[in-house]
Amino acid sequence: MMLDGMEDEDKWLAEGIAGIQHNAFYMHRALDANNLREVLKYSAQMLSELRTSKLSPHKYYELYMRAFDELKKLEMFFKDESRHGVSVVDLYELVQHAGNILPRLYLLCTVGSVYIKSKEAPAKDVLKDLVEMCLGVQHPIRGLFLRSYLAQVSRDKLPDIGSEYEGDADTVMDAVEFVLQNFTEMNKLWVRLQLQGPGRLREKLEKERSELRDLVGKNLHVLSQIEGVDLEMYKDTVLPRVLEQIVNCKDELAQYYLMDCIIQVFPDEYHLQTLETLLSACPQLQPTVDIKTVLSQLMDRLSNYAVSSTDVLPEFLQVEAFAKLSSAIGRVIEAQVDMPIVGAISLYVSLLTFTLRVHPDRLDYVDQVLGACVKKLSGKPKLEDNRAKKQVVALLSAPLDKYNDIVMALMLSNYPRVMDHLDNETNKVMAIVIIQSIMKNNTCISTADQVEVLFELIKGLMKDLDGTAVDELDEEDFKEEQNSVARLLHMLYNDDPEEMLKIICTMKKNIMDGGSKRLPFTVPPLIFSALRLIRRLQGQDGDVAGEEVPATPKRIFQILNQTIEALSTVPTPELALRLYLQCAEAANDCDLEPVAYEFFTQAFVLYEEEVADSKAQVTAIHLIIGTLQRMNVFGVENRDTLTHKATGYSAKLLKKPDQCRAVYACSHLFWVDDQDGIKDGERVLLCLKRALRIASAAQQMSNVTRGSSGPVTLYVEILNKYLYFFEKGNPQITSAAIQGLLELITTEMQSDSAAPNTVSDAFFASTQRYIQFQKQKGGVMSEKYDSVKV
Amino acid sequence: MVPLFQSQENIAGKISIEPIQGKKVDHNGVKVELLGQIEMYFDRGNFYDFTSLVRELDVPGDIYEKKSYPFEFSTVEMPYETYNGANVRLRYVLKVTISRGYAGSIVEYQDFVVRNYSPLPSINNSIKMEVGIEDCLHIEFEYNKSKYHLKDVIIGKIYFLLVRIKLKNMDLEIRRRESTGSGANTHVETETLAKFELMDGAPVRGESIPIRLFLSPYELTPTYRNINNKFSVKYYLNLVLVDEEDRRYFKQQEITIYRLQEETS
Repeated sequence: MMLDGMEDEDKWLAEGIAGIQHNAFYMHRALDANNLREVLKYSAQMLSELRTSKLSPHKYYELYMRAFDELKKLEMFFKDESRHGVSVVDLYELVQHAGNILPRLYLLCTVGSVYIKSKEAPAKDVLKDLVEMCLGVQHPIRGLFLRSYLAQVSRDKLPDIGSEYEGDADTVMDAVEFVLQNFTEMNKLWVRLQLQGPGRLREKLEKERSELRDLVGKNLHVLSQIEGVDLEMYKDTVLPRVLEQIVNCKDELAQYYLMDCIIQVFPDEYHLQTLETLLSACPQLQPTVDIKTVLSQLMDRLSNYAVSSTDVLPEFLQVEAFAKLSSAIGRVIEAQVDMPIVGAISLYVSLLTFTLRVHPDRLDYVDQVLGACVKKLSGKPKLEDNRAKKQVVALLSAPLDKYNDIVMALMLSNYPRVMDHLDNETNKVMAIVIIQSIMKNNTCISTADQVEVLFELIKGLMKDLDGTAVDELDEEDFKEEQNSVARLLHMLYNDDPEEMLKIICTMKKNIMDGGSKRLPFTVPPLIFSALRLIRRLQGQDGDVAGEEVPATPKRIFQILNQTIEALSTVPTPELALRLYLQCAEAANDCDLEPVAYEFFTQAFVLYEEEVADSKAQVTAIHLIIGTLQRMNVFGVENRDTLTHKATGYSAKLLKKPDQCRAVYACSHLFWVDDQDGIKDGERVLLCLKRALRIASAAQQMSNVTRGSSGPVTLYVEILNKYLYFFEKGNPQITSAAIQGLLELITTEMQSDSAAPNTVSDAFFASTQRYIQFQKQKGGVMSEKYDSVKV
Repeated sequence: MVPLFQSQENIAGKISIEPIQGKKVDHNGVKVELLGQIEMYFDRGNFYDFTSLVRELDVPGDIYEKKSYPFEFSTVEMPYETYNGANVRLRYVLKVTISRGYAGSIVEYQDFVVRNYSPLPSINNSIKMEVGIEDCLHIEFEYNKSKYHLKDVIIGKIYFLLVRIKLKNMDLEIRRRESTGSGANTHVETETLAKFELMDGAPVRGESIPIRLFLSPYELTPTYRNINNKFSVKYYLNLVLVDEEDRRYFKQQEITIYRLQEETS
């Protein structure tokens, strides 16, 4: 059926074109012969082909263009009175004798154009006559094309300012009046097109109609091109008239298209000065009109205009552009009850974009927009529509992108209230956006209040919100999120210790609510942030008298202790242990022995009670030894207790090699290479000897269990410790002992049961080379090594 | 080409009679008549002379050579215009008769045309009317005058008050109604002289369609009312609206056509 229709249409078009060509042929002959009568006869017959009702707008346009080309030739003929001998006035009457209206009016417009050019009558009279006579064609398509022809031929003959057709009687007002009238009639015809035809064909018809819209819009373009349409005329005549037509036509497609047209064709300056009029039309449009796109376009244009030059900014203020746009949007949303929420939000996004571009200094405007959005969202369930959610994210991201400064956003009271309307997932997305903004711009959040607001904003990441099923979370995403939070925590900073302490307290409060899954991510940055503050306070006199609780290291350590305690219950004992040690070290630097001791105690308790995995134990004990080695705050008694514990644990590790290594590491606890460091050579030697014993036990065990003694790595490692203490001047470490050890290793390596091992061999070889080097380089050290033989 | 006169004019001339060389014309007198005749086609051969004037030109006698007779009818009353209609003809003729007793008279005719001009009518109201079919179509139309001269232009408009039918187009027709005879013998002939398309497509309520119809291209005559009790010619404007099913809705209004005295100064 459809196909037949199309084929038929092609056939009809072909017939129409043939008819035009046929009559055009005879018309040309008559033109050549300067035979006016025949010219009129054949041109009228030719134009009769345009009377068809069978063609779609698209095909009709093709036919029209054929006729249009011929009419140009006809116009040339009419223009030359010497060819036909009839005055233009008479010609104007003569063509009106044609019996059929459509050919008659095409001819009339053609002669009319010549008539104006001849200036034998005021242009305005001719134009007025033409535009009124065209009322006779009420068929939408034929009428539109006829009037479009009229617009075309009259375009360069309007009595515009500075045009040759302007005169005493003809003013630009007449030109405007003419175009407005033609526009109005064309729009009426265009709208009427929609009312015709049955519903099932509606879609096709709408499409066809849409193809015709530019014919109507062209008039607005012409208006914008008229020189004489200055702001005043635009304001007083053009805009009100055009809007009146747009509102009254009550047609969705036309209203949308024409509003857009107005915005596109007239200068921004005019829009700005007539904002109120333009906007007041918006709520009067049909509820189905996509007004948000229209308004977005307008705001886009205006903001571009504002950015284009600083000179225009005062204008924006003067006309109160923001207030007008804002209230217009409010009215539109109110008027269009059925507008989906996404529409309303995207309107706010546009307004916000406008505000940010035009009034970047007016945070209150931004907040107002957000407030309006909150009002729209309130009383509704959380957003379900994905597009709406996206728009809200866009809305909230815009200020961040603009200011590159989250602090601005934190000052917006409505910001968190908008976020409240997001579902958990989107809330998180937004939180990530916020964090990324902070990270990207290196923004420092420097007051506790701001921190509090910030945490409120990103609460989706900070704790489990109601209604989130835990198993829904993707492990990797979760890690990603929490890492972001961790990074964020480092951005919360203030140089003033008092304020920083407040920030830390706020952080702690919020982090503690995060639940066991988040603590391992969030506690370390908190601890280190606090330690950083402690380091800063370190040099200062701790006890400043004040009414508030002063920011003293002591107090901070208390907080830290509580915090890490929470972590140990998670349980992540290894992490807690590391943090305790970090704190202990900081306490050491602050000269707070009891505090340091307490942290160590906690670390040991954790080691004893929680760290069960042998590998973890090895790592932990080395950490403990390393930290303890650097501690100088302890008195002899405390130190003894702790070192004793450390050595004890070292010897109790599960694997022999681990034992060995931990024990020889303990040797450093008794020899701190500082000025005031402890230097207990005897106990160093004891440790090393004990390590040697363990090493040989390990060898034997290996012999028994594997049938080979294994590498000599442990011996070489111990040898290196010997060399270290030897060089540091430990009197208990003698060259003889080193000599003995060297021989022991050599023997071991040569024994039958030794399996060759390249790693340990190389290690030993380079150690020997080192001794050789020390011997030869001369000076005190060489003398010392003199007795050692390699 | 025929001579053209109007009422009250002097009709003067000269009649020359020239016998064939060497012959004489023997006659019982020469006269010229001015006749105004109405001829009905359905009543062939029947003339009604409404005007008959005679001038005797010569007493009985012989004519041997070319002889001229000047004549004149002064201020002749010719109230009716020459007319060639469908069923009736009104003509003016000059008839020269050379009476002869035995061989029959010699008669010659010369037609001439009479046209009478009217001044601008002192009263010329517009025609304005609202017509319609209930709940279907209501229109109001207006023609700027009720009396038009032959070269006049009809200006007007049609205003659509209510449109519930799908119109296709609208024409304005000029119809001529010629009625001849009287009583039971009346013949009426109606002829459409002009069919002028006013509107293409379907208007909606509130549309106003302009009318501008130049009369000059059409072959009209003035309106003739009851010419010598024999015939009348009347003109009507017929407004025709056609809907998509080709149903026609029309309203006919009489207009008076007159011949305007052209101002030649």
